Amino acid sequence: MYAFAYQRPATVRQVQSALGKHEDAKILAGGQTLLPTMKQRLAQPSALIDLGHVAGLTAIEKKGRNIVIGAMARHADVATSELVREAIPSLAALAGGIGDPAVRNRGTIGGSVANNDPSADYPAAVLALGATIVTNKRKIAAADFFQGMFTTALEDGEIITKISFPVPAKAAYVKFPNPASRYAMVGVFVSKKGADVKVAVTGASNEGVFRAEGLEAALKAKFNPKAVEGVAVDGSNFISDIHGTADYRANLVSVMTKRAVTKALGK
Amino acid sequence: MISVSMTVNGKAVSAKIDPRTLLVQFLRENLLLTGTHVGCDTSQCGACVVHVDGKAIKSCTTLAASCDGTSVVTIEGLAHDGVLHPMQEAFRENHGLQCGFCTPGMIMSAIDIVNRKGHDLDEHTIREELEGNICRCTGYHNIVKSVAAGAHAMAGSK
Amino acid sequence: MSATGIGAPVRRKEDFRFITGKGQYTDDINRPGQTHAAFLRSPHAHANIKKLDISGAQKAEGVIAVLTGDDLAKDGVGGLICGWMIHSKDGSPMKAGGHPALAQGKVRYVGDHVAVVIAETLAQARDAVEKIHVDYELLKPVIDMAHATDSGSPVIHDVAPDNQVYDWHLGDKGATEAAFAKAKHVTKLDIVNNRLIPNAMEPRAAIGDYDSGNDAFTLYTTSQNPHVARLVLSAFIGIAPEHKLRVIAPDVGGGFGSKIFIYAEETVCVWAAKKVGRPVKWTGDRTEAFLADAHGRDHITHAEMAMDDKGHILGLRVKTKANLGAYLSTFSSCVPTYLYAPLLSGQYNIPAIYVEVEGLYTNTAPVDAYRGAGRPEATFVIERMVEVAAREMGQDPAAFRRKNFIKSFPHQTPVIMAYDTGDYGASMDLALEMADYKNFGKRKRDSAKKGMLRGIGFSAYIEACGIAPSAAVGSLGAGVGLWESAEVRVNPVGTVEVLTGSHSHGQGHETTFAQLVSDRLGIGIDQVAIVHGDTDKVQFGMGTYGSRSGAVGMSAISKALDKVVAKAKKVAAYALEASEGDIEFKDGRFSVAGTDRSLAFGEVALQAYIAHKFSGQDLEPGLKEGAFYDPTNFTFPSGVHICELEIDPDTGVTTIERWTAVDDFGNIINPMIVEGQVHGGIAQGIGQALLEGAHYDANGQLVTASYMDYCMPRADDLPSFDIGITTTPCTTNPLGIKGCGEAGAIAAPPAVINAITDALGHENIAMPASPQAVWRAAQKSLHKLAAE
Repeated sequence: MYAFAYQRPATVRQVQSALGKHEDAKILAGGQTLLPTMKQRLAQPSALIDLGHVAGLTAIEKKGRNIVIGAMARHADVATSELVREAIPSLAALAGGIGDPAVRNRGTIGGSVANNDPSADYPAAVLALGATIVTNKRKIAAADFFQGMFTTALEDGEIITKISFPVPAKAAYVKFPNPASRYAMVGVFVSKKGADVKVAVTGASNEGVFRAEGLEAALKAKFNPKAVEGVAVDGSNFISDIHGTADYRANLVSVMTKRAVTKALGK
Repeated sequence: MISVSMTVNGKAVSAKIDPRTLLVQFLRENLLLTGTHVGCDTSQCGACVVHVDGKAIKSCTTLAASCDGTSVVTIEGLAHDGVLHPMQEAFRENHGLQCGFCTPGMIMSAIDIVNRKGHDLDEHTIREELEGNICRCTGYHNIVKSVAAGAHAMAGSK
Repeated sequence: MSATGIGAPVRRKEDFRFITGKGQYTDDINRPGQTHAAFLRSPHAHANIKKLDISGAQKAEGVIAVLTGDDLAKDGVGGLICGWMIHSKDGSPMKAGGHPALAQGKVRYVGDHVAVVIAETLAQARDAVEKIHVDYELLKPVIDMAHATDSGSPVIHDVAPDNQVYDWHLGDKGATEAAFAKAKHVTKLDIVNNRLIPNAMEPRAAIGDYDSGNDAFTLYTTSQNPHVARLVLSAFIGIAPEHKLRVIAPDVGGGFGSKIFIYAEETVCVWAAKKVGRPVKWTGDRTEAFLADAHGRDHITHAEMAMDDKGHILGLRVKTKANLGAYLSTFSSCVPTYLYAPLLSGQYNIPAIYVEVEGLYTNTAPVDAYRGAGRPEATFVIERMVEVAAREMGQDPAAFRRKNFIKSFPHQTPVIMAYDTGDYGASMDLALEMADYKNFGKRKRDSAKKGMLRGIGFSAYIEACGIAPSAAVGSLGAGVGLWESAEVRVNPVGTVEVLTGSHSHGQGHETTFAQLVSDRLGIGIDQVAIVHGDTDKVQFGMGTYGSRSGAVGMSAISKALDKVVAKAKKVAAYALEASEGDIEFKDGRFSVAGTDRSLAFGEVALQAYIAHKFSGQDLEPGLKEGAFYDPTNFTFPSGVHICELEIDPDTGVTTIERWTAVDDFGNIINPMIVEGQVHGGIAQGIGQALLEGAHYDANGQLVTASYMDYCMPRADDLPSFDIGITTTPCTTNPLGIKGCGEAGAIAAPPAVINAITDALGHENIAMPASPQAVWRAAQKSLHKLAAE
């Protein structure tokens, strides 16, 4: 790692002011992506602002028909939260499948969403559940938040404080892990609420997480795994690497969608 | 330099450190607790797993500064008065180690699995839960046996 | 069998320190005044160094020295060597290019060592490395070995203008051609043995220490063979004469071959320690391990096998290209030649074999021995050929193998090896029974009902271990003898220290070697200490690799124990006032035949040291004996592994449902440890078949340079294994041991690929058979099925 200054503020306001004081400062949430990147000397922040001691960022609450999760909630907290397991079991299951147990004890939902890694799991849930990202400045709809690989609507000095998930009628997440890294090579989150069906895909595209509209249309017509068959998945902008070419990933999107629908139907 | 204080294996420690000091460096270099190992750069091998406030974490992917005020337990802190922890004993009894390098992380993760999943662990669960710990020697066969046996033994030692 | 003697599943003595975090690996050691080294590595696969500007780094905070290849040259430090001479077909010696520990004018692979920074802290050393400026003249790299010798290819080493290290052959070409002329069926196959990266969990590390008062060096290093390291560093690299260089290999966290070799980093640390006047420590990170540990395997082969009309094998011809990387690593040259071709007869009676091997330079990391070293490559060729031949001829693969098994011993193959003993049919019988082969058809149908493809695959492997008779390997080009040494020191109270030249880095020698002593001297294993890994303590040794520590290392101990018992009998005769011929030694007691007069082993040891009962003219006091054991033949472990797996055709995911391993290791000292070795070997073999593969892009960048992209087997990738044992004791060593360390890694890959191709309907597939590759092949199979 390159040298950096370290600050551990106690409030969101102090975080904001610390960010203002250091050019190229970065927020340290769980650090499970940031620290390995820094260890490889691929990132050189001048300062790390550690959110570990900021009050009020870890709560998981039910508010009306939403589950609201603090940005510093660890993956393990979300996975084991009774509230989440009851209201949105697919989200708890997703959190319980990120990384490995030790990573889940450190990694946070806010860190994952803010980073928008193209093979992260949470962005698929945020998008498919139509969540709202709450920052210290505003509320951002999921559809507006993700703006391509590692790019989000967050502005300088803007910090995610919580994420609000509407409770779906049916939902499931199924991923195909990269055999080496175990990150999602393709992850598909399917949700249904009333007549609305959303299908969000992570891991596959060069653009990061995206909604699969063709699959959504087919599933709106009939929410059934069979409906997925015959829907062509356009892999033209998919990632191609040694683990999977674009056409293989396109196949996986179909297969994982089918499996997610089956799971959402409780079969 | 910044100051950190924490409890490590029941002992209060504090030091002035470079902010970029990882918890594993703090343990190995400042405290000379060299049982915690580093086997990769990408947070995947798990040789560095320790418990912070009772939960398994990867000490190579955590700043020592972030652990200020916490209680840390390493492999050196498991045995008490010469009596091995049941999970340590299970690894020895079931030949769950060969070169020994991944072993401290394996044992720390195994105890965490039992803390979360209970004492009756089937093979499938153990294999899934060991996703973050890589061993090159054993083919995991005897590690899986060790964890299952250690989990049972931990129930008896409560 | 006693509780701690030969054959007992004794729990390991070494485990206590490992499970309590008290192991002492190289990086756990810190020397007073220690400095830290960081290497600047080449980012390019092939380039000339036009200018190397170290001034910025020299001025950086905490920096003590910045050293380059010029400094090595000025100090007369020699290059790294390859210790096995291979001659080409035309009799010319292999073309070994220079291999400086720090680049001298040219870099030849990504990760090649350009310069070293030595600083007060590791962070400072790494910061300063980035302040070295190198002006590279980029050269076109040679990455694909299939085209390494093409005309117009860039030249990697001037001594090898066509990038060919050697063009070697073995066997009788004429006899083989005659065999093919009368063949009724010929099976042909193109086979790739994928390149692997060893990945011992402990990265390599070294600490160089220099004592100016005595002008003596100490090197702590992650080595499987510290004496060989000392020999090479002394005699060839010229760091210091042997008596002024102590090499210590403390606890070593796995090796699998990759820690046999003498590397640039340890050379630099020990040399630099004198230059900076302080200890110099380097600990590799995982990225450096990926880039610069010697890789393994990497062959492309065309093989043809001739059969008569009944399916008897008549002949085999094999043409292999072996990638040796950018430099010849310590033993690299022998791996695709003498450790490979002589194993191509497998377990089969093959009258004629002819093998040609081309060793090639490419701009990739050096390739050398990795668990099995040559033998997995040979086994993959022969076991794929046999499987495909059986299928092509419509015969059951187990029956086809059995028909061709060697059934009488000793057996001389056409490719050097003389197998002493074995019973291949017995292993096959037991394996078929354990694997429930007869009900496989039903299981396959059950899988099909779920939409899954099930397959079964065999691997009847043989390996040559206990490497090896010194005169024999010397005649084949080895630069060293491959005996082993041992010294047994009995203390006056009867405890025993065994000093061995073998090195344990996971194998459990502290337990198994103590079991041998316990068995022979009738004392408990807690009375025995095994000392290894320090050239100041152990006189000499050849180290641990090639599954040799049981067959060779323990044979040396056995020989020394014979001498100890003989001497102790003399002492006992004086002490018991009897004639030496009347002394019997049994269960730890020396007794006078036909009387009740006896002394315990410890009492005799005390008598040997106090020397009150005999005169120094008649008998020397003390009880300490040494032995060198040079084997008279290789040993030939063998066995049958059966893999049964299921493929999900929608995703290509392969799940191993059952693994049966039946091995014949000869006599076994500790079955618990032997099974552990088998488990680990199978896991590495399955890793090669399904998961692992080093991948360089066209520019020579290593794409698989971390666990993000190099797929290491994890717990949930693997099944539990069913292990069976058959035993035909080795006839050529005193203990009847054959060796077990590499068997799994040798046996497993063809078993997996034979099972996958069985499931897919005989579609050939390359390793690693990743989900993507299997999915693609499965789609073709399904289309073919649909068309039928």
